[in-house]
Amino acid sequence: MTASPQDINQPETFGFDAGNLKLADSFIAKYPEGWQSSAVMPLLDLAQRQSGGWLPKAAMDTVAGMLDMPPIRVYEVATFYTMYNLKPVGKHHIQVCTNLPCWLQGSDAVVGACRKFLGIDFGMTTEDGMFTLSEVECLGACVNAPMMQIGDDYYEDLDSVFTEKILDALKAGETPKPGSQTGRHTCEPAGGLTVLLQEAGTGPGGSGDTPGPEARTGTKQEAEKGNGK
Amino acid sequence: MLHDKDRIFTNIYGLRDTSLKGAKKLGDWSKTKSILAKGREKIINEIKESGLRGRGGAGFGTGMKWSFMPKEVTERPHYLVINADEGEPGTCKDREILRNEPHKLIEGALVASFAIGAHAAYCYVRGEFFRETEALQRAVDEAYDAGLIGEDACKSGYKFDFTIHRGMGAYICGEESALIESLEGKKGQPRLKPPFPANVGLYGCPTTVNNVESIAVTPTILRRGAEWFADLGKPHNTGTKLFNISGHVNQPCTVEEEMGVPLKELIEKHAGGVRGGWDNLQAVIPGGSSVPMLPKDICDTVHMDFDSLAEVKSGLGTAAVMVMDKTTDLVRAISRLSRFYMHESCGQCTPCREGTGWMWRMMERLAAGDARIEEIDLLEEVTRQVEGHTICALGDAAAWPIQGLLRHFRPQLEQRIADRRAADTEAA
Repeated sequence: MTASPQDINQPETFGFDAGNLKLADSFIAKYPEGWQSSAVMPLLDLAQRQSGGWLPKAAMDTVAGMLDMPPIRVYEVATFYTMYNLKPVGKHHIQVCTNLPCWLQGSDAVVGACRKFLGIDFGMTTEDGMFTLSEVECLGACVNAPMMQIGDDYYEDLDSVFTEKILDALKAGETPKPGSQTGRHTCEPAGGLTVLLQEAGTGPGGSGDTPGPEARTGTKQEAEKGNGK
Repeated sequence: MLHDKDRIFTNIYGLRDTSLKGAKKLGDWSKTKSILAKGREKIINEIKESGLRGRGGAGFGTGMKWSFMPKEVTERPHYLVINADEGEPGTCKDREILRNEPHKLIEGALVASFAIGAHAAYCYVRGEFFRETEALQRAVDEAYDAGLIGEDACKSGYKFDFTIHRGMGAYICGEESALIESLEGKKGQPRLKPPFPANVGLYGCPTTVNNVESIAVTPTILRRGAEWFADLGKPHNTGTKLFNISGHVNQPCTVEEEMGVPLKELIEKHAGGVRGGWDNLQAVIPGGSSVPMLPKDICDTVHMDFDSLAEVKSGLGTAAVMVMDKTTDLVRAISRLSRFYMHESCGQCTPCREGTGWMWRMMERLAAGDARIEEIDLLEEVTRQVEGHTICALGDAAAWPIQGLLRHFRPQLEQRIADRRAADTEAA
C-alpha cells in the first residue's frame, strides 16, 4: 500500500513489547550468522501487528537498528511488499480478490455488497475505524472463488448474501466462520467426491468437525436456500 | 484415467487426519532412512529416471536440476529453497499440500536436501497463506519432536533443519532469484543469470529452488520406484499432477490426475462439466494466467501435459485450468490479467515496467471498442517487444495472454471496434 509517511500522523517512537521482542529474537535466530537482515520481513510484520495493522516509520527505524541495516533498505522492503500498510487501517481489513477466477465466479457481486454495506470504496476506511476495504490480486484460493481475506482468514465460495452476513457478524463483534461459506470442506467438488472415495470412507476422519462427503451441501444455490434466502 | 491406488496425495482434501499420526497411516515417513541410505547419486538418478518435471510452471527436469549442484560441499553450505509463493492466478494447489499434506513436503525436503548436500531448507510461503503456514509449522514441530528432522534426521546421522519464511505479498517473489533476494531481506527483484542459483544462490551459496509439489512427490516416487511414476502419463510428461479447475464449471475443484489426461475429461469428470454444457464453452486458459488461452475447438481434443499444450502454442504451466463459457467477455478477462501483471511488475526492466501498463491501457480501450483496427497490430507488436527482453519471465507472462487472445479471437476485437464506431456515428 503506497502512502507518503509524511502525510500521516506518525508516532514518535516504537518499541517491541517484551513478548514480541522474544519472538523477534527467535525470528533472527532462524538465519545464519551475519545474515540477520533476512529477518526484516518477519520483524516488520510483527511490528505491524503490534501497531494495530499498520507500519509506522518509527517501527521501520527500530527494525533497522535491531538488524543493523541502513533505514533506507528497510523502507525499500516496507514499500515493495503489498502486505505492509503504510497508513492506518480499520480494525477489520476486508481484502476482496477481483482477479480472473474470482471475477468469473462473481466477485463483482462481492465487491458490490461490500461497497453497499460499508458505504466506502476501495482504499477507504469507515469513519468509525472499523473497516478498511481493499482490492487485492489473486490470493490462491481459485477453486473456492469468489473469496476475500479478512485479517488472517479466508472467506470462500462467496456471493453477495454471504458477504453481507459476514460483514454483519463482524459489525456485531462476532467472528464469522472462515473457509467455504457453502459448506465445502476444502477444495473438493461440491457435488461429492470424484476420487479417493474409499480413502475418505474408511479413514479415521480429519479434525473433529470434518463432515463426510455425503454431508456436504450441493450447490451455492442450495446453500442459500438453506439460509432462508 | 488415474486409479486411486496410484494417487500420491491421498489426503489432498484434508478429509482425514492431517497430523503426523494420520500422515504416517497414509504412508508418509515410511522407510525414509532407507531412502537416504541409497546415497545422493542414486536418489538423483531415480528422480531423473522417473521423468519428474518441475511442477511450478516451467517444467524443468527436477533430477537434472538437482544434478547441477556441486558434487562436493566446500566451505559454502548448500541450500534447498522451497517455492511456496503460490500466486499465479488460477493456481491453488500448493495451498492444499501445505495445509493438508504438510508431511509429504517436509519428508520431501529432507530427501531433496540430502540429495543436493544441503543441511537446511527454507520454505518461502506467501504471506497471505497465514493459516496454511500455521498448519505447516505444526507439522514441522511434530517432525522435530519425533526426530524425523533435526540433528539426526530419521536416525540417519544426517542433520537437517526446515525453516519457514513468510513472504509479504509480491507475485514476483515466485521467480526463483527474486525469491532468493526476498529471503535475504531485500526487495524481490530478479537477478541476472548467470550465475545460476546452483552456483551462487541464497547467501551466495549453491542453492536449488523447487516448487512445493515437485518436492512433495519425491518420497513417494522413491518408495514406489521411478518406473512406477514413469509408467503414468506419457513419455517426457510422466506421473500425476494436481489440477485446479476454476471459472465457469459446475463444480470447481482441485484434483490429482494423470499427466496427459484429456482436458474435456478433466472438466467433465471432476468439475461437473462446463456451466450450460460443453457446447457452451468459449475458451480455456489451461495452465495459470501466464499461458495463452485456447478456443473450444482445441479444448475438444487437447491433452493436459507439457508437450501437448506446447504443440497448440499454450502451456501446462501450473496446471490451473480457468474455464470461460460463452457469456464471458474475453477481452475484459485478458485485460484483467494485464492489470495484474502491471501491478506485479517489479519495475526493474523498462520493457516490463512501461510495457505492462501500456498493454493494460490498450486492452482497456479495446475492451470498450475505443480503438482503431491497426492498433490491434500495434498491440501485438508491443507484446513481442516486451517478450524476451526482460531479466525474468514476467514480461513474457504479461505478453502471452494477449497473444493468445489475438491469435484465436481477433474477429471479436475487430467486431467490437466496428460496433463502437457504428454507435458513435449514429449518436453523431
